Amino acid sequence: MQLSLRVERRPAPLWFRPLAPVIAVLVTFAITAVLVIAARANPFQAYYYFLIYPLTGKVSASEVLVSATPLLFTGAAATFAFSAGYWNIGGEGQLMAGAMAGAGVGLLVGGLSPWLAIPIMILAGFAGGVLWALIPALLRVRLAVDEIVTTLLMNTVFSFFVSYILNGVWRSPTSGWPQSPEIAASAHFPPLFAGYRPHLGLALALVVLAAIWVVLNRTPLGLRMRSIGLGMEAARFAGVRVERTLLIAALISGGIAGLGGVSEVAGLQFHLVETLSNNFGYTGIIVAMLGALNPIGAAIAALFLGLIGIGAQSVSQSLGVPVYLGDVVEATMLLVTLATLVLQNYRIRRA
Amino acid sequence: MYAVELKGITKRFGPVLANNNVDFSLKKGEIHALLGENGAGKTTLMRILYGLYSADEGQIFVAGQEAHIESPRDAIQAGIGMVTQHFTLVPTLTVAENLVLGYPTGFNLQPRQIEKQVADAAGRFGIEVRPSALVRHLSVGERQRVEILKSLFRNARVLILDEPTAVLVPQEVDVLFETLNRLRSDGMSIVFISHKLNEVMAICDRITVLRAGSLVGTVARAETSPHGLASMMVGHETFGVSREGQQAQGKILLEVEDLSALDKKGLPALKNISLRVHSGEILGIAGVSGNGQTELGQALSGMLRPAGGRIRVGEHDLTGASPDRYTAARVGRIPEDRHGGLIGELSVAENLALESLDPFTHSGMLDRKAILGNARRLIAEYQIKASPTDRTRTLSGGNMQKVLFARALSRNPQVIIASQPTRGLDVGATDYIRTKLLEQRDHGAGVLLISEDLDEVLALSDRIAVMYEGEVVGILPAEQATRSELGLLMSGAKRGTAASGSLPGKEAASHAA
Amino acid sequence: MLIFLVGLLAATLRVATPLIYGTMGELFCERAGILNLGIEGTMFFGSFVGFAVAYATGSLWLGLLAAIAAGVLAGLLMGLLTVSLGVNQHVSGLGLTLLLTGLSLFAFRLVFGTNRVQPSIPPFPQIAVFGSLPVLGPIFNQYLLTYAAIGLVPVVWWLIYRTSFGLKIRSAGENPEATDAAGVSVFRVRYLALGIGGGLMAAGGAFLSLAQLGSFIFGIINGRGWVCIALIIFANWIPLRVLLGALLFGGVQALQLRLQASGAKVPYELFLALPYLVTIAALALAGRNASAPAALLKPYRRE
Repeated sequence: MQLSLRVERRPAPLWFRPLAPVIAVLVTFAITAVLVIAARANPFQAYYYFLIYPLTGKVSASEVLVSATPLLFTGAAATFAFSAGYWNIGGEGQLMAGAMAGAGVGLLVGGLSPWLAIPIMILAGFAGGVLWALIPALLRVRLAVDEIVTTLLMNTVFSFFVSYILNGVWRSPTSGWPQSPEIAASAHFPPLFAGYRPHLGLALALVVLAAIWVVLNRTPLGLRMRSIGLGMEAARFAGVRVERTLLIAALISGGIAGLGGVSEVAGLQFHLVETLSNNFGYTGIIVAMLGALNPIGAAIAALFLGLIGIGAQSVSQSLGVPVYLGDVVEATMLLVTLATLVLQNYRIRRA
Repeated sequence: MYAVELKGITKRFGPVLANNNVDFSLKKGEIHALLGENGAGKTTLMRILYGLYSADEGQIFVAGQEAHIESPRDAIQAGIGMVTQHFTLVPTLTVAENLVLGYPTGFNLQPRQIEKQVADAAGRFGIEVRPSALVRHLSVGERQRVEILKSLFRNARVLILDEPTAVLVPQEVDVLFETLNRLRSDGMSIVFISHKLNEVMAICDRITVLRAGSLVGTVARAETSPHGLASMMVGHETFGVSREGQQAQGKILLEVEDLSALDKKGLPALKNISLRVHSGEILGIAGVSGNGQTELGQALSGMLRPAGGRIRVGEHDLTGASPDRYTAARVGRIPEDRHGGLIGELSVAENLALESLDPFTHSGMLDRKAILGNARRLIAEYQIKASPTDRTRTLSGGNMQKVLFARALSRNPQVIIASQPTRGLDVGATDYIRTKLLEQRDHGAGVLLISEDLDEVLALSDRIAVMYEGEVVGILPAEQATRSELGLLMSGAKRGTAASGSLPGKEAASHAA
Repeated sequence: MLIFLVGLLAATLRVATPLIYGTMGELFCERAGILNLGIEGTMFFGSFVGFAVAYATGSLWLGLLAAIAAGVLAGLLMGLLTVSLGVNQHVSGLGLTLLLTGLSLFAFRLVFGTNRVQPSIPPFPQIAVFGSLPVLGPIFNQYLLTYAAIGLVPVVWWLIYRTSFGLKIRSAGENPEATDAAGVSVFRVRYLALGIGGGLMAAGGAFLSLAQLGSFIFGIINGRGWVCIALIIFANWIPLRVLLGALLFGGVQALQLRLQASGAKVPYELFLALPYLVTIAALALAGRNASAPAALLKPYRRE
């Protein structure tokens, strides 16, 4: 087996750059069309239901926003940390930690007005995410323990913890399955449009994305973070306090993921449930990579993945193509995009 | 028929022409020097022969046959071996394992068996190694022997040595030369890459000189002299910048006392270094590569935490301080590796501002106009060929170095730590950088110049300290520093003895003298 | 008490089996310098493909072979991304896990529909080696794949430490430049290691569907791949220690299952979280993680 491919550094022409995402999407759909055909459906029809149909009705279009909301948070969290070269894979656990903290506060704030209850709960969720991000972050900056594996493992640890709590002290006595009691009505996120499900969380997510754009591009912290992400030792040489900056980046990233958890609890579920996160933390990594670590790109990517999530349901209902097509499309798009990003700067040559 | 012949080799790295239509031929049973300044393209040419780079143009002939060498594997099959400056040994493996790696020995490997095989080969070539030792436990000289044996073990008939003496102490150089003489008499053809004239004259049969990527010529040793070779190496351009006159010594700006530090592997790299740099002087640090200069530069930049001792700059105690505190104490630092000081993916303006962002920050936000303005000003002042928004990695080495100088000097430093400031630069950029260093000295700054280029140290320094095995073995005033005197100190021969008014590690003595 | 212990030991071996395959697979990848976070997905894919092929052909062995082949392909895909293209290893690994998980679920739905009845096959039987042995008999009443997993340990040790192939893997993971300079193709070695690793991971997944369960359920892997990621660190990348670690973790799980089954009130989630916590603690104690292959996570590219 002689694999004689060789990658050489040779930037693609400038006109190629804006085309790269388009090419990635087209290649992805070409690959996944095989699955659609395997499901005995017409790919063009399927992609109509996938990408266009959800946007033709107000309800389904609003559902796209609902399903994009947690991804906006986790995408922002990943974008922020990755910009500093801190590979926080722990968005999943941090989101659940934020959800738990938010739900805990949400249970207690029944007596307060929403104007007070909601901000307190949001802060609690942020704090929950920060706390769960703290251990791997400290291990990284104090003991130089690589964060990739620790943040990944912390996700599973937290899911066991949630399961423990929900099967024990927090289990709602009135429910048939493990979930917490419902949070106070005053802590529910208000809907953004009466009669539809998109909620305050969506607005909060967009504010967060705008804020991290400003931080990354317009503040000393952001420049220091990017300098670490692009060249850690050179940044250290130039006087950037690498450890402190990474700690800040890691904790804020965790907090943002935690906000995603609050948003799901207070905007959608109103209980803490084990299945609160549908891989939102991991999908956030896809969002960040598809968005090329740019907050605006991440917003577009999250909305697009939200569309894919709803689109997969509509393809499933109308054509009988299994709903998991959505997951496959997301993952394929990630891998294809990673490959195209490399091919932008390198050419593959037979060696 | 030549053992190896290269014809018309051209290699570009982006805009840089590393080899320009170079011809080179190696006879059977000769030691052939490839001579040139740093950056002349010697290593590139040989990396092409060994398949580590692929040439953009040109042909390779091995024993008269055209050879297509696209990987080291091809080179090895053609009987070519190379010992690079950075040893390509796997530290966690034994000597024997390193030797049989990639060598067809069969699938099953029994440690005893391969160790015996290696011991036999070592005996046959007269190279002393311990086959069962882990490479990470070996000294540099031992590792080099393993590298050479590795090539011989694979039946190399052509051996390329890239600056083999740069990392050796004189005794080890003698052993190396003995080995090479023996191999030559066995009919081996050897390419000896060097920029050291005396070594080339001592051991080589023929000499090919490269300058700025182009072939200058090939001469037989008998028909040339060190002087002739030197003029071939540098051409008509010689570095014109040098120190003029003796400054009156000012107050002490940088004071290093009993500094010690460990290197990345946890071995002592600096041992009780004591130095003082005064206002208005350049203190040059000379030494053979790898005697602690790198670590000294790092320790005095806040990049390596000292294990003991003190570092003071003016009123500031900077022992163990982080780089930002060095900047705050007005220490301008030039790193040994340019890429270790600049972030290639950030713009020139961002890199210029990164060292101190406070002046560019208003109510928590970066003032982009001020950052760009600062960059425009420095680009004009330091004649940097770039625009403020260019990504720094697109700059040439000389321009990158100017960016680093601009950043360090724009903050009006009282002390400058410059490590290998002109390494790999062309003549123009080198002159420019040296002028800047002298300018700073004349304005009263204290400059610590760490350089492996002895000519540079001699041309610029008011005083010269010599490092050997992590120690300062002598400090000489410039007037007393002759090449031969420095050479003795650099080789460790005069270690521990008083040398022309200086005691090892004790600056006070030279001060008094 | 003795019966409890015997049962526990027997269960320990069963629980440890997929962990041994998975971690040995990861060992090949990481020793060659690639962190393969595609392991969770590769195990899932293996258990699905194994089940589907066994279901369709009626042959468990064909199912196992198909699973291994699928795992090899998954490893090669990881190679395409991380070795040829030099993409971030962790992001590609996670992407691979998401892809293979989605693909398995998609295909499962496509093939088996949404039947209420879980499709199943008669699984591999347990083989009693010393069936007649009194009391201790159950310990030696295991699946063939479990015996094979134990037999795998010395084989991997031999491959890694006593063959030229293992030497190439170790060098590619420690110093790819040196490996390349020695005339060994780092690409090829890494592809091979990823292929072998993927095959082993998939075999671990297939053990669950073809031997332990005889069916394919969505939660079949349930984080076992991540346990392997933890185990490889815990085991310091040493094959024999992988076996010990897998047995240790397997024992804790088996104990937890027994206690739960006996109706004892134990926080079983704590037991489940234990391997992860122990690994994080081990990482913290080991500090700079000195024994990890030096080139792990670094793509190799020749100029």
